[in-house]
Amino acid sequence: MTGLWAAPDAPEVLREGPSREALRALLLAMADDELMLGHRHSEWTGFAPDIESDVALSSIAQDEIGHARILYEQVAALDGTVPDTLAFDRTPSEFRNAILTEQENGDWAYTIVRAWLYDHADAVRLAALAASPLGSFAALAKTLQREEKYHLLFGNAWFTRLAGAGGESRARLQVALDTAWADAAALFEPTPGIERLVDDGLLHRGPAGQAALWAATVGPRLGALGLEVQVDQAVLAAAGGRAGWHTPALTQLLDEMTSVWRTDPRARW
Amino acid sequence: MSAPSTRIIWQALGEVEDPELPIAITEMGLVHAVVIDGGAVRVELLPTFVGCPALGVIRDRVRNRLLAIEGVRSADVIFRFDPPWTIDRMSDAGRARLVAHGMSVPRVRLAEPAVCPVCGSTNTTLENPFGPTLCRAIYYCRDCRNPIERFKPPADELLVAGR
Repeated sequence: MTGLWAAPDAPEVLREGPSREALRALLLAMADDELMLGHRHSEWTGFAPDIESDVALSSIAQDEIGHARILYEQVAALDGTVPDTLAFDRTPSEFRNAILTEQENGDWAYTIVRAWLYDHADAVRLAALAASPLGSFAALAKTLQREEKYHLLFGNAWFTRLAGAGGESRARLQVALDTAWADAAALFEPTPGIERLVDDGLLHRGPAGQAALWAATVGPRLGALGLEVQVDQAVLAAAGGRAGWHTPALTQLLDEMTSVWRTDPRARW
Repeated sequence: MSAPSTRIIWQALGEVEDPELPIAITEMGLVHAVVIDGGAVRVELLPTFVGCPALGVIRDRVRNRLLAIEGVRSADVIFRFDPPWTIDRMSDAGRARLVAHGMSVPRVRLAEPAVCPVCGSTNTTLENPFGPTLCRAIYYCRDCRNPIERFKPPADELLVAGR
């Protein structure tokens, strides 16, 4: 794909090596998250429990993959790479998505729990970027916030519905929550150099502050619904997606996602 | 050969239809800026949703239409996300065209009561915030019992925070 978007307009300080590299690493992690989760959501097309959810998840998938595209263009503008290559021509260990986003869809409860936890985390992350003196990068975060809100609308409605249904529905939701929680907390695993951005006043809120804000948002909602989570402070240390450590689920996902592209990497679509 | 006029360029852009809705891109308010430098034309567009899969099609349509204008040697078409597209950019003519097509169109935001395009009732309910495209949501009219497609702008202030 050729570039669609205007070149970034960033503050002078981003011409400096370390800040630029730290921002690049953060945007790459965000893009990889959106691409993987977008792909997983798209696997529900034709299989969701009702037609509305089928349409919704397909639309959210389209949104997330579109967001990955624009984020890859920002990364490419910072480091001189090519967006298509970033999306399709890296080995699994070169991806920086959180493991949460690559996991297989599992059942409907896991899909909803993951989407709900992720979209709340993404909202916190985007808010931090949007409030930062990062020129067009902050503007992009503001634009993405307007679109992501609809994902939360979908996730909130289903999460509340499954929790309120009782019986098997609620039991499955609790199992899914137990499975997803540590992976979701690891969304805030620091990307390289991110603390430097915070120290230099270039990022409004760092990973620890973001994780706390996220927990303060989803925690009371879970409590109100009578759901419990095991809070393990060791999970961040046990993370690894941001350093390139992944599960076989990512290899499987990439094999499928890149199968068409690999038939002819130079083709123009 | 003389450079094309701004009027000619805007007129041509008014003939480019959105791939997903029966409305010109100018009526939709997608055109942010037109810069003419001799025979080189640069057009900056604001998409409704940045993840819209039709962006490549829109770009190609605009570029091809511009290159068909006498005096245009090169056409550079890019998208911007800043400033963001907002629904007040849609013209009254464009709005009327969508309504005539059978769509409901909010004035400012999705949270307004949806007006049924068939019977005019506001006794309507949201069925699904997602529809056939990113910029459409599905409603249902409780009075005339028709399903409704409603234009969905990006959420500036959403009613549902914390719901």
